[in-house]
Amino acid sequence: MSISVLTAALPSINVQLAEYAELFTLIAALIYTLAFILFTVDAVRSSATIRRVEQELAAESGAQPTRVPADVAAGSGRGGHGGAGPTSGDSDAELVDEDMGYVGTRRPFANVAVALTIVAVAAHAFAVVARGLAASRWPLGNMYEFLVGASLVVAVVYLISLIRRDLRFLGIFVLGLVVVMMVAATIGFPTPVGHVQPALQSPWLAIHVSLASLAIGLFVLTFAMNLLQLVQSRREKALAHGPSGRFERTVAGWQFMRLVPKAFSLESWAYRLNAVAFVFWTVGPVITGAIWAQQSWGRYWGWDPKEVWTFVIWVVYAGYLHARATRGWTGNRAAWLSIMGFVCIIINYGVVNVYFPGLHSYAGLPE
Amino acid sequence: MTEPTNHEREPSAHRDNAREDAMNAAQGTAKKDAVVPALGLKGMLRWAWTQLTSMRTALMLLLLLAVAAVPGSIFPQRVQDAFAVETWIENNPTLGPILDALQMFEVYSSAWFSAIYLLLFISLIGCIIPRARKHIQQMRSAPPRTPRRLQRMPEYGAVELDEGGPAPQQTLDDAAKILKKRGYRVERRETSVGAEKGYLKEVGNILFHVSLVGVLIFVALGSMFSYRGQKIIVEDEGFVNALVAYDNFYPGTWFSEDQLEPFSVQLNDFHRSFDREMVDGEPGPNWGSPLGFTADVTVQEGTGGEPRDTTLEVNHPLSMGGANVYLVGNGYAPVITVRDGEGEVAYSGPVVTRPDDGVYTSMTVVKAPDASPEQLGFVGLFLPTAVDSGGGLGVSADPELGNPELHLNSYAGDLGLDDGQPQNVYVLDTDELEVLNSREVEAGGIVLAPGETQQLPDGLGEIEFEEVQNYIAVDITYNPGETWVLIFALTATAGLVSSLFLRRRRAWVTAETTEAGRTLVRYGLLSRGEDFSLRDENVALRAQFETTWPVRAPEENT
Repeated sequence: MSISVLTAALPSINVQLAEYAELFTLIAALIYTLAFILFTVDAVRSSATIRRVEQELAAESGAQPTRVPADVAAGSGRGGHGGAGPTSGDSDAELVDEDMGYVGTRRPFANVAVALTIVAVAAHAFAVVARGLAASRWPLGNMYEFLVGASLVVAVVYLISLIRRDLRFLGIFVLGLVVVMMVAATIGFPTPVGHVQPALQSPWLAIHVSLASLAIGLFVLTFAMNLLQLVQSRREKALAHGPSGRFERTVAGWQFMRLVPKAFSLESWAYRLNAVAFVFWTVGPVITGAIWAQQSWGRYWGWDPKEVWTFVIWVVYAGYLHARATRGWTGNRAAWLSIMGFVCIIINYGVVNVYFPGLHSYAGLPE
Repeated sequence: MTEPTNHEREPSAHRDNAREDAMNAAQGTAKKDAVVPALGLKGMLRWAWTQLTSMRTALMLLLLLAVAAVPGSIFPQRVQDAFAVETWIENNPTLGPILDALQMFEVYSSAWFSAIYLLLFISLIGCIIPRARKHIQQMRSAPPRTPRRLQRMPEYGAVELDEGGPAPQQTLDDAAKILKKRGYRVERRETSVGAEKGYLKEVGNILFHVSLVGVLIFVALGSMFSYRGQKIIVEDEGFVNALVAYDNFYPGTWFSEDQLEPFSVQLNDFHRSFDREMVDGEPGPNWGSPLGFTADVTVQEGTGGEPRDTTLEVNHPLSMGGANVYLVGNGYAPVITVRDGEGEVAYSGPVVTRPDDGVYTSMTVVKAPDASPEQLGFVGLFLPTAVDSGGGLGVSADPELGNPELHLNSYAGDLGLDDGQPQNVYVLDTDELEVLNSREVEAGGIVLAPGETQQLPDGLGEIEFEEVQNYIAVDITYNPGETWVLIFALTATAGLVSSLFLRRRRAWVTAETTEAGRTLVRYGLLSRGEDFSLRDENVALRAQFETTWPVRAPEENT
């Protein structure tokens, strides 16, 4: 008897293209790192940026060193929002818009960082598409591909949000995470391009995992916003009533936070994105996951560790949505729930995938 | 009209709704605190009900549910792997029984987990019913009364018309038309227009929660009437859907045997394909990974149905008589014949082996309790592509049948099958048995290729390896709740989307003649719940007013 060389119905791997994919993944990671560094420089120099703006203004108006011209401060001046964030009785110049629109504060380092991110996303997208073409399948078949693909989604979601809203203050966080994900993929789960096992050969792979990545891409943004919201609200309180305690004294001095929108606007934008992400999470990991599980494993829900955590994440974010409508739970408490939800996501992908045996333990994990 | 709008009675549930607070604040009405209940049983019950159905309790239960679900991912669960649970308890003799008593190995059917979600759903129902009743009432009644001072609305605007512009009554007619076109339900009043839209937001909210109740009910009903069974089918063998035919069978609480629809599956052939990708003339990095499993089967539905040929694959279950048949495993079944010391056939047939790795190194156990003078047992490995790893020790190098070999030890003695105790077919306890063949004894181990026969020592018999067959492991599941769970999951999603993204808005328009004799149209907008684009609505409304009427330059418009 001899081994039959079975090619099955699957086309062969394009090795050349696969090598390009890996090369461009590295190139993208390098550019992301550069962008991350520039965003950091922008944050470090924020006090200088603010001082420069203020000095220019002081020179112009002579008297009021902390005011900025009307075209910068105007914003949309909306009237509603009962119980809005603290109305600025502090000495803060309005360097950012309440609704996160662009107000024209010059931040050259951040702008270059955004431009680099665009270049990196192009290289990254090429890498992901090339890997998919090389294997003639959707490129989300193992932990390596998931990390590379999901980090692309995170970066793309961030860039799309940047078109309409000035989210440059999230740059350090988002790019930092993207770099971490790509490094983790390359060092922790290096997997050569290949076909996937029979259980993964399903159109649901593309739908299920892509929707999960999209949801995560949005949850990343809201996580960062809610974290900043907690800091910003303490800072606003410190500036309004005088700082109490060391933490408030420290954050009151953080110049970078003056380039971050007010806590109220962080909270409402985090909510809007969380609402969208929650729908994606409901449809993606939960419902399409259940449909696929029914087709593949014979039951739609079986409390596999990954299913448990998908459920936990869903419930925590559902709690978040309810908390925002519950007296005593709005604002910072709700923000904590959103942060908890993201911590659960990190556990789901960082711990459950790797250490908990279950049906979701797929190829590419070190044995 | 001294009172602002929307002063209907609040629903009994969700008294602590923060949005209601915000809305009342916007309208200048203070919220009355819940009345402290009078003592007495009725009062206490009423108080408990109010507490249970309050938003805060629901939120606590929701978070508790998340926390309670976590242990199920840490400890093995009986529903998934009862064997793993027993092993865990054996390995942790102190902690194991304690956790078992706390139902940590069946978290999702435990008393405490059930208590949390049942309370949550009672709270949810107690919240939804009054809300639904209130909403139906609101959908039937006219839009809320026009507030006296529209300036106090979150969004407010006024347009003053040129001299010779339409009179107030005419502008109100126009405004009513415009609002209607924008999807509002409109009531033209004597001196104003009241309008409201976005009723579907609350409908969606209620639909979402009702659908969750639906999901829960059909998950429960489905599992009660469900059954799940496992069966191993060797090539050329068949399976008939009857209780006796199953290897393992897990019925739901209300399962009855006549639920088993008659059907049969026969395995004709089985194909495996593995990755044979070459890179630079060498086997590639994924060489030998499984790529496809296909079972050629003949199925017959009903008692007198036509037999038809079809294929069974991973991700492509066969649907028969409401049940689904899944391909969940496969392996090799070497056909073995054992003859005893008296030359009689003590065992003959395919032996199902258990593959333990990617190259199908398969655990093989043969038991021949009918052999005489002594019962015979064989334990060892089946290797699809056997290679010598040095010192005569065989290992498998590939999952396909390149060089199939059986490597066995043989034993004689009481196999322990006669006392009626159920035994694992893959395990033979050899402690009490006499070793006949093994690498450690003089006779050596048994190594057989297909077609070969080996004599056992002391004339106790012989073993023949005839050929290799394939087997498949199938799961047969039946769950009548599935379709309904999916339908309710989808309606829940639809409800979720409309409750999150639709906007519930109220609009009022008033018109008056100013001292200068011009017409002044005022309008105010109020939203219920989250609304981030109320200002956009204001802008759009103003733009439409400006194209409808001759509006003066906006000096007076604040």
